[in-house]
Amino acid sequence: MPVTRGFGSGRRRGRPERLPPGQYDTGRDWPVLTAEAQPDLDPEHCTMTVDGLVDRPRTWSWRDLHALPGSSYFGDIHCVTTWSMIDTTFAGVSVDTLLELAAPKREAAYVMAHSTTGYTTNLPLADITGGKAWIAWEYDGRPLAAEHGGPLRLLVPHLYFWKSAKWVARLELMSDDRPGFWEQNGYHDRGDPWLEQRYQGDP
Amino acid sequence: MSDAPTGPWTTGRLVELDRPSDRLVRLRFDVENQVEHLPGQHYVLRLRAEDGYTAQRSYSVASEPADPLLELMVECLPGGEVSGFMHDVAEQGDIFELRGPIGGWFTWAGEVTAVCVGGGSGVVPLISMLRHARRIGATDRLRVVAVARTLEELPYAQELLEHGAFVALTRENRGDRIAHPPYPDEMAPLVAAAETAYVCGSVGFASFATRLLGEVGVRSSSIRVEQFGATG
Repeated sequence: MPVTRGFGSGRRRGRPERLPPGQYDTGRDWPVLTAEAQPDLDPEHCTMTVDGLVDRPRTWSWRDLHALPGSSYFGDIHCVTTWSMIDTTFAGVSVDTLLELAAPKREAAYVMAHSTTGYTTNLPLADITGGKAWIAWEYDGRPLAAEHGGPLRLLVPHLYFWKSAKWVARLELMSDDRPGFWEQNGYHDRGDPWLEQRYQGDP
Repeated sequence: MSDAPTGPWTTGRLVELDRPSDRLVRLRFDVENQVEHLPGQHYVLRLRAEDGYTAQRSYSVASEPADPLLELMVECLPGGEVSGFMHDVAEQGDIFELRGPIGGWFTWAGEVTAVCVGGGSGVVPLISMLRHARRIGATDRLRVVAVARTLEELPYAQELLEHGAFVALTRENRGDRIAHPPYPDEMAPLVAAAETAYVCGSVGFASFATRLLGEVGVRSSSIRVEQFGATG
């Protein structure tokens, strides 16, 4: 591809080794991007369900979730619109903890995350197990704001952030992959920022 | 699956460039192997340094599908790496990497009656819709509401006014209208027959506009939002 006349890399800021290709460091600005109107949810009444191909489909109340062993994430997040945020802190519960209780069936290989708004996103099961994914309700020590997906947000920080479904309410385990909302609308099925898997057709 | 077209990385030669205001630059590209877009879709514009460093941003398309050139209107953001470059350095004849069209959600091809509410540079994709509506004779199915602080700051202000958009200025009186965001009374007749509502603008604007649409009875499930943060 051609070099852009007059464009230098001098504007690069932050820690370039932490930035996947094509990303920039947004500092502490956390842009808000959604495709739908933001819902107004009462934490006391929100629930989290794991069902589909599991032996013990389960629904946890807000209080049930808080009674589970807590887990936090400290690290970077990357949005497909090219911003990355370095050294974020989220807290909630590990998806592993929920799956352990729900007991996925052997044939479960993919998951569809469903939001209260009807938003969906698909992921390989392997991308949300092994300490890689959380149901988060806290950011930087404070309740996760509604605009950032609170009360409950799926957090899968090693993939582009549209996979981290805001206002998540359900994880549906599946044997076969099925495209979610953005994935039906031209975005990549996996979304690894280090491989720049932004859109359908990327490697 | 969505039937919106998508295009791979390609290149485009900048054949026209003008600055309608201090903060806006209008860019028209001749795109290699251009894939026809739907009104509302966007493109990614990528800059590449000699050492391989790249910076890229998404911009909504302003041109209509039938336009042989691809038109983007870029707002220059403070410290914006890509917008600043396009504003200060880019010249006619330069070659850029482009990818698109992208996005199958915020699109309007003219079949359904729609109301579109754009704030500031959020009117850009609505311009594509408006031009397309004129081309296919569907202007009765598209109502455009454009909100800006002043007329000077509103991209495509003249085109919007000439083609029947309702323009609400929040910091400047225009005719009899005193500076104010759109009132529910002003919105009600515009949303009356709309099956789909499109909202495009900053985060603050999008939350204002979706609330306003809700107040005049638009169901939140029929609202499609395209928000942009500060992504320079």
